[in-house]
Amino acid sequence: MEELYKEINERFSKFLLKLEEKDCPVITVKREGFLDFIEFLKDFGFKHLIDLCGVDYLNYKPEKKEERFEVVYHLYNFEKRALIRVKVPIPESDCWQYSLTFLWETSNWFERECWDMFGIKFKGHPDLRRLLMPEDWEGFPLRKDYPLYLEEDKEWKGYKELKRKTKGEHS
Amino acid sequence: MSTTLIEITSKQRNSNSWEEPFFINMGPQHPSTHGVLRLVLELEGETIVHCDPRIGYLHRGVEKLAENLNYNQTVVLSDRLDYIASAANNVAFCLAFEKLFGLEVPRRAKLLRTIVGEMARISSHLLWLATHALDIGAMTVFLYCFRDREWLLNIFEKICGARLTHSYVRVGGVRLDFTQEIIDELYKFTEEFPNRILEYETLIDVNRIWLKRTIDIAVVTAEKAINLGLTGPVLRGSGVPYDVRKFRPYDAYSEVEFEVPVGERGDTYDRYKVRMKELRQSNWIIRQCLDKLAETKGEPVLAEGAPDLLIPEKIKEPEPKPHPKKGFIFTGKEVDVVPPGEAFASIESPKGELAVYVVSDGSNKPWRLRIRTPSFVHISAIPELSRGYMIADLIAIIGTLDVVLGDCDR
Repeated sequence: MEELYKEINERFSKFLLKLEEKDCPVITVKREGFLDFIEFLKDFGFKHLIDLCGVDYLNYKPEKKEERFEVVYHLYNFEKRALIRVKVPIPESDCWQYSLTFLWETSNWFERECWDMFGIKFKGHPDLRRLLMPEDWEGFPLRKDYPLYLEEDKEWKGYKELKRKTKGEHS
Repeated sequence: MSTTLIEITSKQRNSNSWEEPFFINMGPQHPSTHGVLRLVLELEGETIVHCDPRIGYLHRGVEKLAENLNYNQTVVLSDRLDYIASAANNVAFCLAFEKLFGLEVPRRAKLLRTIVGEMARISSHLLWLATHALDIGAMTVFLYCFRDREWLLNIFEKICGARLTHSYVRVGGVRLDFTQEIIDELYKFTEEFPNRILEYETLIDVNRIWLKRTIDIAVVTAEKAINLGLTGPVLRGSGVPYDVRKFRPYDAYSEVEFEVPVGERGDTYDRYKVRMKELRQSNWIIRQCLDKLAETKGEPVLAEGAPDLLIPEKIKEPEPKPHPKKGFIFTGKEVDVVPPGEAFASIESPKGELAVYVVSDGSNKPWRLRIRTPSFVHISAIPELSRGYMIADLIAIIGTLDVVLGDCDR
């Protein structure tokens, strides 16, 4: 891992925001240099993309986070048996991130889910549409300002229609 | 782009020539899609040109729900993910939370967790073999597997009172210790089970129909499998010996011996062989753990600082010294129940790598809980795997990936 830190500090010092050692190395990079950085990591041996997810830091700002969203990547190196976490802060006003579909096919659905749940757009994604929620759903459910229970008039229209139909049959 | 069934049929009706691509809708109610998986298929004759899986029919919003429940209540939700092997899910959740809390699990609890984890693996693989064989057309295997799975579920019932949604593992250890009756029953099971595996293998190992339906179907190279994010027996069938139990040992896996079986060609038959070998390895692991249980007899099964079932929102800091008469004195200062921070834990669930990433803000509820489930990734690989194969092979592909839709949709 020493080599990795050295290379990162040498080549990506411009884009590097933070390098910490928690339960695994945690690297926070700027969105601008992200694509080069992740390509470098893949060539370095981090071939297995375990996970890609979004996090919404709306009211909770640990370590003086400035941006609202964060996209978190977990990568694994088979040869060195090393796990690494890469974080990219995403501002709310300019809510997009680069897609990784050209490097990993598995990131396709992860990114679709992230768009579905947080409304973070992925630039360069071939087929960005909703995955788990219905296609005509409004809002992004995993955002912190999205309520757990929706008010009755804000319910999904498919569900409203279903309720209307069943009521009509029984009355 | 949305394609409903009405649009598909109207497209077919309006097309002038018969050479137009033929769309067919498979699922969500289809017996061999193992739940509510819907596949929109574009066909040329009977060959699949493109396949578009539609998921979300079983979406319960576990990640959102978890943000509104405390840590111990969240473990109960994990049962409902992969309901075939719920003990394995419990372990994944608890490992992540323990990392966050900084708890050290007692050795006996670790052994017990390993045993239930491997029991979950056996019962999951048995259900996989049963339904996979049934999809392809072998009815007898189904009955044999369910007979033995019933035995395991009965043992589970003795352990914790539930057959399917156990919640046996809790943050800091396990709920209850094993009784002598359970240990005897498990010894009997591990003694008998290798003979049962032989029974299944005599039924289908060299069966001509089985071989024709599985050999050279859905071949994945090692590189492709890693790129697609496949894990578990599917990845090992392609020859990559990646097993979280060996690479990042958790619980008691560092002190037991076992092998990681791998395949060569990466086809459906190889994945079948890998899982059959895994059954034997799991059986062996249970056996070793049972022997070790005798050494730790009478030791606690729950860590000392384990949180109560109902975690309070904030606690008041106790004085360092207890008061001689009044018990503990609580000062006014409120402190966090859970250390703020983040933790990541992953386990080798029967279906692949199950990873949990948790962010805590110090309250009794997780700020964010992310679950990476193997079935989700495996279903995302179906379009790539099924391209160029027949519809009948698609059934074999869904079977060999071993997906559970509760696991996929969360």
